[in-house]
Amino acid sequence: MSKIPLNTPVLDPRIKRVDLESTYGTTAIGENEHWISWEVFHQKKRGDQHVHVGIVHAPDAQLALLFAKEQFGRRLACVNLWVTKSSDIFSFSYDDEDIFDNATAPEKQYREAAGFKVMEKINRYKKSKQKA
Amino acid sequence: MYGGGYIQEEKQEATSQIDDAQKLAEFEARIDRGEKIEPHDWMPADYRKQLIRMIEQHAHSEVIGALPEGTWITRAPGFRRKLALIAKVQDEIGHAHLLYSAAETLGKSREQMINDLLTGKSKYSNVFNYPAKTWADVTVIGFLIDAGAIVNQVANSKGSYGPYCRALERICYEESFHLKQGHDAFITLATGTKAQHDMLQDALNRWWKPIMHFHGPPDKISEHTAKLMRWKVKMATNDDMRNQFLDMYVPKILEIGITIPDPNLKKNEATGQWEFSDPDWDEFKRVINGDGPCNAERLAVRQYVEEHGKWVRTAMMNPNQKVVIPFA
Ligand SMILES: [Fe+2]
Ligand SMILES: [Fe+2]
Repeated sequence: MSKIPLNTPVLDPRIKRVDLESTYGTTAIGENEHWISWEVFHQKKRGDQHVHVGIVHAPDAQLALLFAKEQFGRRLACVNLWVTKSSDIFSFSYDDEDIFDNATAPEKQYREAAGFKVMEKINRYKKSKQKA
Repeated sequence: MYGGGYIQEEKQEATSQIDDAQKLAEFEARIDRGEKIEPHDWMPADYRKQLIRMIEQHAHSEVIGALPEGTWITRAPGFRRKLALIAKVQDEIGHAHLLYSAAETLGKSREQMINDLLTGKSKYSNVFNYPAKTWADVTVIGFLIDAGAIVNQVANSKGSYGPYCRALERICYEESFHLKQGHDAFITLATGTKAQHDMLQDALNRWWKPIMHFHGPPDKISEHTAKLMRWKVKMATNDDMRNQFLDMYVPKILEIGITIPDPNLKKNEATGQWEFSDPDWDEFKRVINGDGPCNAERLAVRQYVEEHGKWVRTAMMNPNQKVVIPFA
């Protein structure tokens, strides 16, 4: 293993103390050394839903929560966080996106409030009464 | 259905595929409609490659960018500046986490990305290869480097890749504090004692060239911009971003009595473009390829940290866990 040759002398007292020149220059992170990933869900205030905000890497749930707190509960209002393993999330494929199309399709007006013209009918009735 | 996330191998073959014309047309149509691309979507191999490269470099820049500032925490003048600097540096590391996560969804693991940083294979923002000699350097970084980054990040947050946009939205919110605290420190020195003013002027003089390099080489010498802009990977050209930065920040420097060390810097009111002396693109190339004042030190610090933290990470590894690509 070789030492790290520095281009210029280190200016920085804090860095100087660690004696970089004696650090070996061949460290490599092993496969999966950063552990598995966890999906994080953030609740802004009591009464709100938990909302997915991103991931952390951690070896277990306890540490995942700790990292999640640092990462997602540090700057914005937060009362609670959930974490779950990424491998435990199941989802549809975007290739099948069209199966959701009819959720908002115009022919589904019969299950929307706007699909029922109540006032029209009332007005028609009132008009016919006046004539009579 | 994607059960329990998807596994790394699936991605490897995806990057070697030949882009199918029909799928490419659908992909481009989706981008033209202003819709976002999500991790599991089909995407051209080159789109995936360029995004990984860009997001990864962005993440590395956050990590390395925290070094010149981080080492000034103990020497920050006053308790309030110290608190603000701690918070800023922690934000920057948080940004790296967000960005690494976004890049991971494209199939490159965080371990691979960090290894490529350590070996010098992947790059980070060139400005961090310059030293922060005094507190005024930290002030120039906090104000003007963050300002340059914000121009870039705000543009990119309107790009086409969902996870990158989501990460950038959160990042931009935090950056507004970075910029403001930097501006505040900048004004304090500029309008303070003569010694403070001179120290700031000296720092700005040394940083002006790296600042002009920040948004990358001029459009006429940078490659494959057109396709990346059509795919909304790149949202503005280097020259446009630099021009926008100069528009916004040159007045803010000059208004408090600091000068800019380029006699040719002026705005051409007819074209709306800033004109300036050649900021030495050869030096830019030299430094980005490893020959800057701090390249070796920056990577050595990362090496040191990785080497000394390795035993903790490996002690906590659980070999029975199933590693999948995150959703982010
Ligand atoms: Fe940042
Ligand atoms: Fe920042």
